[in-house]
Amino acid sequence: MNYGDKDHASLAEKFNVDEPRVNWHDETLWWVRVKRDKAAKSLPEWELLRETASQIKNNVLSNLSEYLIQFEKEATKNGITVHWAADAKEHNEIVHSLLQKNGITQMVKSKSMLTEECHLNEYLQQQGIEVIDTDLGECIVQMRKEAPSHIVLPAIHLKKQDVSDTFHEHLHTEKGNYDPQFLTHAARLHLREKFLTRKLALTGVNFAIAETGEFVVCTNEGNADMGAHLADIHIACMGIEKLLPQRKHLSVFLRLLARSATGQPITTYSSHFKKPRKGQEMHVVLVDNGRSVQLGRKDFRNSLKCIRCAACFNTCPVYRRSGGHSYHTAIAGPIGAILAPNLDMKQYADLPFASTLCGSCSNVCPVKIDIHDQLYKWRQVLMKEGYGSTVKKMGMKGMTFTLSHPGVYRFAGSAGRWVLRNTPFIVNNKLNTWYKQRDMPEPPKESFGEWYKKNRK
Amino acid sequence: MIVALFVPCYVDQFYPQVAIASLELLEKAGVEVVYPAKQTCCGQPMANSGFEHLTNSCNELFINNFSGFDYIVCPSGSCTLHIKEHLHAEKDEEKAGEIRKRVYELTEFLTDVLKIEQLNAKFPHKVGMHQSCHGQRGLKLSQMSELTAPAFSKPGKLLKMVEGLELVELDRVDECCGFGGTFCVTEEAVSVKMGKDRVEDHIKHGAEYITGGDMSCLMHLEGILRRRKSNVQVKHIAEILNSQ
Repeated sequence: MNYGDKDHASLAEKFNVDEPRVNWHDETLWWVRVKRDKAAKSLPEWELLRETASQIKNNVLSNLSEYLIQFEKEATKNGITVHWAADAKEHNEIVHSLLQKNGITQMVKSKSMLTEECHLNEYLQQQGIEVIDTDLGECIVQMRKEAPSHIVLPAIHLKKQDVSDTFHEHLHTEKGNYDPQFLTHAARLHLREKFLTRKLALTGVNFAIAETGEFVVCTNEGNADMGAHLADIHIACMGIEKLLPQRKHLSVFLRLLARSATGQPITTYSSHFKKPRKGQEMHVVLVDNGRSVQLGRKDFRNSLKCIRCAACFNTCPVYRRSGGHSYHTAIAGPIGAILAPNLDMKQYADLPFASTLCGSCSNVCPVKIDIHDQLYKWRQVLMKEGYGSTVKKMGMKGMTFTLSHPGVYRFAGSAGRWVLRNTPFIVNNKLNTWYKQRDMPEPPKESFGEWYKKNRK
Repeated sequence: MIVALFVPCYVDQFYPQVAIASLELLEKAGVEVVYPAKQTCCGQPMANSGFEHLTNSCNELFINNFSGFDYIVCPSGSCTLHIKEHLHAEKDEEKAGEIRKRVYELTEFLTDVLKIEQLNAKFPHKVGMHQSCHGQRGLKLSQMSELTAPAFSKPGKLLKMVEGLELVELDRVDECCGFGGTFCVTEEAVSVKMGKDRVEDHIKHGAEYITGGDMSCLMHLEGILRRRKSNVQVKHIAEILNSQ
């Protein structure tokens, strides 16, 4: 998707033009947050689970290189071919080379945010490969040539009417039929044919186990399994941070993942892939793409604990009212806002500011990432590195001067209040962003400082 | 016990009645209160905008104004949190550390330090409580809806001591109002939408007043209420606790 050079604030403003739709988006995702609360609160040990998961991931990040080598060794023993990709380009080339080697030009894919991050679809299309996304939501946004707006609910920005129109255009379904069951059935027929005829399937990875060399894919639709089981070649792509030391650790993460994501006790399918079946090829691509750089950033390394549950999206009052596309990156929401600047500070300098720092994201995070503190810290890094506008910098310098000099502050305060009282039209106009949809506070005659001088001592 | 009253800059300039109520509340509780006259601001507007590195002179001024007191009390969770988390000074790090330890938000000072069990206050109205995020999630003034943990509320405990006051239930007990410092102008569309939704929740449940521990959130909500010519008013919790 091309967002031009628009930033979060302007894309969010556009999203807010249709207020009833914003209400619907907000309420739909809030409903998911409420489901998550119910699921979490039904487990008395919830906070202990979060802490345990956080500690396991801390261990993984501290010993990542060793776990990766162990995983490669065990997976290879199981008959899986392991590939290493330093960046998105290498990742895409590895996938393409496997297609080429086997003379395949059509493939199915089940949802993988990593391939979104690497822009795999665009790359393969340029090479003449047809990629079909098989998750219902992904399939819908792919037809519309849009990016997913949410990492778990990729088409959450769309209503059933939008889906109906899209299917009418691409699958020639009955126009105006908004029945979800009818639409799902149409998608099912469309996808079934793809599953049966495609020889290569690509999936993401939720967890990979260093101890056993296996990986786990969690879905609700079963499409990852359908693709992988019917294809001759299964490629699983994963970020290097997806590792867990031992199989037993899965018990903690599988309990947290779906409860945090949708309020389900567990995903419908939690499929373990350990070795290729007879005659099948299985590949795992381990992708860095900036992760080892982030690992080296002391203040931001623990963002790599993320298990992509999107609980921080659903709870974020800003995300719910600005939509995923306003973040103009593959992973939106609060977690996306602390991951994206690592990849490109200039392009994503706006994202850490798309937050009120309310802190709700950190509280729902199942692996206890201090998301809102990292948003604050990214702001400091970005402004120090010079990614703020000159106007903003001058404004901040002026403000610092005023607030560092009590005499100047008192003068500015009383002058400002005088202006508001006597010539309110100077500020009550469209040049004042506050005034666009809000009234200004009524200025009092005297400040507290002035009152105190007269009434105390 | 000598307490220094730390008044947020926008309260000093726009809502002096909130500072007066805070001062009177503390005085009524028998505390000796001093208002350091040369105070300005905690520096949060710059720091939250990514310019913490410009706040040194502001921090030094704050340390000069507030060193040497038993406690520093502020009628704002947000400003208190900023001082607690970010007040540092190269020259006076020891003094900065003392201040970070001794700074309290007003309601937590009343419940935790003064251990107030009753108030001589009356406010016969239906009131909605707006939980400001920095007070709630930052200072942990009340339990957060995201956590699986026992409920409590320091401001709620105090409001229950006010005669005639009826607290209304809300659909979303601790959703952010969208003020967010400079966010309120840099992300105007989302900020206003968040504020409208908060206001709607209070109105829907029959609140006559919206109260809270942070006048900045209330100023934002007030701006929206006034624009829609609503009769619902905002009042800082200090004003309610101090009302007769």
